[in-house]
Amino acid sequence: MSTRLAKGGRLINRTAPVEFSFNGKKMKGFQGDSLAAALLANDQVMVGRSFKYHRPRGIVAAGPEEPNALVNLGTGARLEPNQRTTTTELFSGLEATSQNHWPSLSFDVGVINNYASRFMPAGFYYKTFMHPRPFWKHVFEPVIRRAAGLGKAPTQGDADRYEQAYAFCDVLVVGAGIAGLKAAKSAADAGQRVILVEQTPVLGGRAPVDDTEVDGKPVEAWLSAMEADLAARDNVTIRVRTVAAGVYDHGYVLADERVADHTPGDGRPKHRLWRIRTAKVINAAGAIERPLSFAGNDIPGVMLAGALRDYVVNYGVSPGDRTVVVTNNDSAYQTALALKAAGLDVPAVLDARASATGALPEAARKAGIRVITGHGIAKVKGGKRVTGVSVCAQAGEGSVTEEIGCDAVAMSGGWSPVVHLWSHCGGKLNWDDTISAFVPDPTRPPLNHDGSAMVEVVGAASGDLDLSGKPSTIPPVWVMPQGAPIKLRSKMWLDYQNDVKVSDVQLAAREGYMSVEHTKRYTTLGMATDQGKLSNINGLAILADSLGSEIPQVGTTTFRPPYTPVTIGALAGESRGDIFQPLRRTPMHEAHEKAGAYFEPVGLWRRPYCFPRAGETHEQAVHREVNNTRNNVGLLDASTLGKIIVKGPDAGKFLDMLYTGVMSTLPVGKCRYGLMCNEQGFLSDDGVVARIDEDTWLCHTTSGGADRIHGWMEDWLQCEWWDWKVFTANVTEQYAQVAVVGPNARKLLESLGGMDVSKEALPFMQWADGTLAGFPVRVYRISFSGELSYEIAVPASHGAAFWEACTKAGKAFDAMPYGTEGLHVLRAEKGFIMIGDETDGTVIPQDLGLDWAISKKKADYLGKRGQDRSYLASPDRWKLVGFETLDGSVIPDGSYIIASGTNANGQRNTQGRVTSTYYSPTLKRGIAMGLLKHGPTRMGEVVEFNTVKGGTVKAKVRDTVFFDKDGEKQNV
Amino acid sequence: MLTLECPYCGVKADETELAPGYEAHLKRFGPGSSPEEFEAYMFARKNPKGVHFERWRHAYGCGKWFLAARCTATLEVFGTYPAQVSEPPADIIKKIQARRPEWKSGWQPDGKGTK
Amino acid sequence: MKRYSVFAIAREALRYHSGWEKAWRSPEPKAQYDAIVVGAGGHGLATAYYLGKNHGITNVAIIEKGWLGGGNTGRNTTIIRSNYLQDSSAAIYEKARSLYETMSQDLNYNVMFSPRGVMMLAQTHHEVRGYLRTAHANALQGIATEFITPQRVKELCPILNIDGPRYPVLGALWQPRGGTGRHDAVAWGYARACSAMGMDIIQNCEVKGVRSENGQVTGVDTTKGFIGTKKLGMVVAGHSGQLAEMAGFRLPIEAVALQALVSEPIKPCMDVVVMANTVHGYMSQSDKGEMVIGGGTDGFNNYTQRGSFHHIEETLRALVETFPIISRLKMLRQWGGIVDMTGDRSPIISKTPLGNCFINCGWGTGGFKAIPGSGWAMAELMAKGEPGPLAEAFNMWRFKEGQFIDESVAAGVAH
Repeated sequence: MSTRLAKGGRLINRTAPVEFSFNGKKMKGFQGDSLAAALLANDQVMVGRSFKYHRPRGIVAAGPEEPNALVNLGTGARLEPNQRTTTTELFSGLEATSQNHWPSLSFDVGVINNYASRFMPAGFYYKTFMHPRPFWKHVFEPVIRRAAGLGKAPTQGDADRYEQAYAFCDVLVVGAGIAGLKAAKSAADAGQRVILVEQTPVLGGRAPVDDTEVDGKPVEAWLSAMEADLAARDNVTIRVRTVAAGVYDHGYVLADERVADHTPGDGRPKHRLWRIRTAKVINAAGAIERPLSFAGNDIPGVMLAGALRDYVVNYGVSPGDRTVVVTNNDSAYQTALALKAAGLDVPAVLDARASATGALPEAARKAGIRVITGHGIAKVKGGKRVTGVSVCAQAGEGSVTEEIGCDAVAMSGGWSPVVHLWSHCGGKLNWDDTISAFVPDPTRPPLNHDGSAMVEVVGAASGDLDLSGKPSTIPPVWVMPQGAPIKLRSKMWLDYQNDVKVSDVQLAAREGYMSVEHTKRYTTLGMATDQGKLSNINGLAILADSLGSEIPQVGTTTFRPPYTPVTIGALAGESRGDIFQPLRRTPMHEAHEKAGAYFEPVGLWRRPYCFPRAGETHEQAVHREVNNTRNNVGLLDASTLGKIIVKGPDAGKFLDMLYTGVMSTLPVGKCRYGLMCNEQGFLSDDGVVARIDEDTWLCHTTSGGADRIHGWMEDWLQCEWWDWKVFTANVTEQYAQVAVVGPNARKLLESLGGMDVSKEALPFMQWADGTLAGFPVRVYRISFSGELSYEIAVPASHGAAFWEACTKAGKAFDAMPYGTEGLHVLRAEKGFIMIGDETDGTVIPQDLGLDWAISKKKADYLGKRGQDRSYLASPDRWKLVGFETLDGSVIPDGSYIIASGTNANGQRNTQGRVTSTYYSPTLKRGIAMGLLKHGPTRMGEVVEFNTVKGGTVKAKVRDTVFFDKDGEKQNV
Repeated sequence: MLTLECPYCGVKADETELAPGYEAHLKRFGPGSSPEEFEAYMFARKNPKGVHFERWRHAYGCGKWFLAARCTATLEVFGTYPAQVSEPPADIIKKIQARRPEWKSGWQPDGKGTK
Repeated sequence: MKRYSVFAIAREALRYHSGWEKAWRSPEPKAQYDAIVVGAGGHGLATAYYLGKNHGITNVAIIEKGWLGGGNTGRNTTIIRSNYLQDSSAAIYEKARSLYETMSQDLNYNVMFSPRGVMMLAQTHHEVRGYLRTAHANALQGIATEFITPQRVKELCPILNIDGPRYPVLGALWQPRGGTGRHDAVAWGYARACSAMGMDIIQNCEVKGVRSENGQVTGVDTTKGFIGTKKLGMVVAGHSGQLAEMAGFRLPIEAVALQALVSEPIKPCMDVVVMANTVHGYMSQSDKGEMVIGGGTDGFNNYTQRGSFHHIEETLRALVETFPIISRLKMLRQWGGIVDMTGDRSPIISKTPLGNCFINCGWGTGGFKAIPGSGWAMAELMAKGEPGPLAEAFNMWRFKEGQFIDESVAAGVAH
């Protein structure tokens, strides 16, 4: 049985017992245990079910390479599916449940797949489930989906928070084993800033488990001296529980620190995601042991030899009483010796090599352990756990020479250097025959920004598997026994989680999926949550053999980040909820909130859409706001409007290039409406430009366009006309702007007291500086509603107070705030275009009847050449007109104007579309603008707009100005 | 995740501080240009797998546009330089020729300019 | 070609699957073909398949630098939809979608087309108007879509948070017959069918030059020698620029990296595909249980198949906000592909300055969903020498004339 030993366990604190539960069963462990160690200490050998065949699964490894022992950890808002027990630190109250079975772990209906496994080889689903056609979606797929998946889907959001941080260093050392510690020290000695990250909670790596000597000292003594040395240095930062997940270009490394995984709910962030920029990465991530491929190698109780040794030495846990060791190299003998030293029974070491004469095999023999060379396992016996092994000659076809009873098997198929971080950015690998593994090729490293090597590899990760410096040799043993027949090969697991067997890879090769990428995808080899850490090399070897090729020719699949899975919450960081994105608020934002505004996002701004009163729908509120603005006075927060100052001796020349019209001739004190196009000729932004003084203009842009247009200006000034003397400044946030709109607008401003805003002093399309209610203001007499209208800019710090002053003074004149939707209706009633409604990136000013705003005299402006292209200059373009429905209804938003017949692709022909459509509270009927082929020549014609249900709405073509055609209201 | 040194403020800027602007040293063709010239100016791109000259703006820094010579196949950066030049600095060209002896395509839109 | 069926599996099971034949042959190239398609991705293989099936041209080689299906076909997020705005886009994507409906039966290879429905969330009023426009356009294009309410969104996808504080869901454009497919299987299924028609799929063979005489292509120089042809089709997303340069013309294309990622697999919790363009991320759950996630592209030329990590962070921020339950799942694997971005973000299926040379490229971030339609249209172009109605608008001269096919005008993006 699997149990806690009476003695030992270098990582556990036997005086600190910890209670936890597995599948509801209360269990006990110790502080320092991994969940996997604690489960083994409680004789929980079977911990889950495999993905495809639902076979019983036990713990195989002791680190992040574990493919089997995944659990649902926690519950509710702290449920974490697929948590690896081998890297989960035990804590008090931990609740874990096993995965991928129904109704229970020990009795799982899904295991029927196991009995039918012969009918479900790799890729079988590509060959069936095709008839009848609807069955895939309605029958086969739902069944497959339910059977697949692993952990439970959470049903709640996340109770924890995550932090993100930046760090910079000269050298980032990944892995705090002996090699990593030495590398960190020598970099630190050279005066470099060093960060050392270690995925486990402790430093030292594997060496202390193997009780070796380092530099002539016992490893534990060496370690404590080294730890003290590094801790004392200012230029070294050590972060444990931190996994370097990915290496990206130019020395960018993503590292995930598990801050509070083992102390949930203590208020600290669960993880901290480090974005590290380093001049160099030193990969000291060690090596991962490989399984051997023998029949039944997936039965719970079969473990990696190194992992079994970890459990005995680190945690004082014995996974079995009688352990058969099977290997192709010397390292597994250490496991045999460690078990023996712990007083456990090792009936035999089966060594596939013809002879084993190294120091370790000799030590094992000396310790009385039976060593059988040239032999291996024909088959492991047992179902939900190991009961014994059948021994056979490695050279043969599996005829059994002996049966050995045991309850655990320790296997070692050699070690694969952890080359992931070397390979993420394209570091190349060589196949090393002496250790049968891929190792980094130092002559073909991943490159840094300056073309130098970005990653260096030391220790076992470089292929140096023996700390004492002697080259280890590991002869390849890819199948055990060598001549195993198909019956055995179809029971040899390569990928434990995804149920990929030796026979599956052979089948893929036989069917022509000869690229390693094809085989991976066809069989799903290496696509499980361990990403092939255990299975890839073994699978490659089988593939190469099946193709009659060599492993280096077959090559590896691409190593992609992350090295181990990273919690998505950590990658999202703190940007959630209200602070999901930065929020831009105008100075009046709070006042709008108090007034009960319903906001809409406009870029990162929030703008009031309307100000609904109790019992009002949004639509009713908009209508009230429009009516009140037309009849009394409305207040609009226009602060989000872009405001860009363009200044300098060449500013006029520059603006003449930027706008389709002429801005250089605009007299000081006046305003002019302008259009900007991109180089294609398409209309990109519009707004009113004010001439401030001889060499200063202020350009208003749309709310969404301010940053874009400012960048656009700078692009031309810096990259094309860099000899022009022009400065630009985006002062959008420096000014709050209030539009006071309606027949009572002037009266309202006059009641504030201050500057003269009379028709004579401040005519339409002029601006003036002065004061209102004591505030320093710049008043623009411009209108986007057709009403008497002033836009008043005040320094942003006065914005809230000025808004309040207007609101207060406005009471006497029935002032009400109005929102963006009211703004839209007001402008649509007047036929003013809106960027984003009338334009969509394919519309030119000429389409919108804005020829009057395009200078005919100018030789050039941005977009002029583009507009000359045949398709843009065509007389057949859709052009802007107004529409009114015959029945007064509102044309559906997004509707198209149908034309007769269909095109060559069978689509109904169209001749236009609606661009703005509203119910006009002023006219009490639907109004619309839209684009229509040859529109302006078709006044009075009735056209048909489509509805999504297949019907049509009839509307008459008319001009776009629905209200106050002569502009009498705005010119008072 | 690129880092590019802004030639104006000297900051080794992280990619997140920068706004990309694609191919550099394009010549603008305005009114009067032929359809072919205008099309080439707007659309035809070198898009090389290898040495490339491109525009970047230190958008969340000093705000300046600058140019970079970079390898699109390895992301190696040969150098950055101000946008207010009509050709890449000689030392950057020299560096590229040393690092990429096979490089022939030049920095001009028509592929010339290796001199 | 031996047919695949449940009976074939049962028969093979009895002999431990020793009797399966190769899904496709791997021949050496012949000296001369009637047509060569460069690029054995989904689009190239589909082009060859329809050359044979629709036009009877089977003396065809498909030449591939690496392994078939190894480019973007095998590294996308497998979304299939046709709810496009512009007529010419809608036509070709709907052709593709309808071919996906019957592809498994047509190819006798289960490509697992799963019409589980695609919804594109509207999270601003502007986006609502954009999708209403698309819905109206789709109604006239014969594409079944509708604009649905937030409540319906929640019913269809219960894990979606429709009441987020920043971008509450205002509705969605819903295409019930959109969905996903098994991307590798599409390439493999076409390859098997092409091979069965006698076509030669030549992998690990790189084109090094294009030979032409008097404005006509005569063949290609490859790492396996010169191969002659009467017609040449270039279908090499991500490397179109290089190939065009060999043929002596330039394209309105930039190659940039697009990234995607998957989570660890969990039990089914999401039966539809959701795209959230305002916050910029999209997600579906694969049959294996992984959440399949995609986001935005880099803004610089890149051939490394590695994107910039901050895009992954942006995408995940968006999706955690949209689907709060994914916060405690883990990112299992992320990767990048190289996509062709044209001047209007729409593809090119076109004749070229060389008389018998044709190009299919520029699918940007949305190529997978188009594969069968693209192959259908490209095959017609290659067979007849002139584009049919599906391809006509996608000619490479539209840029000169300013005749854009611009999908970004509807609030959506072209994933």
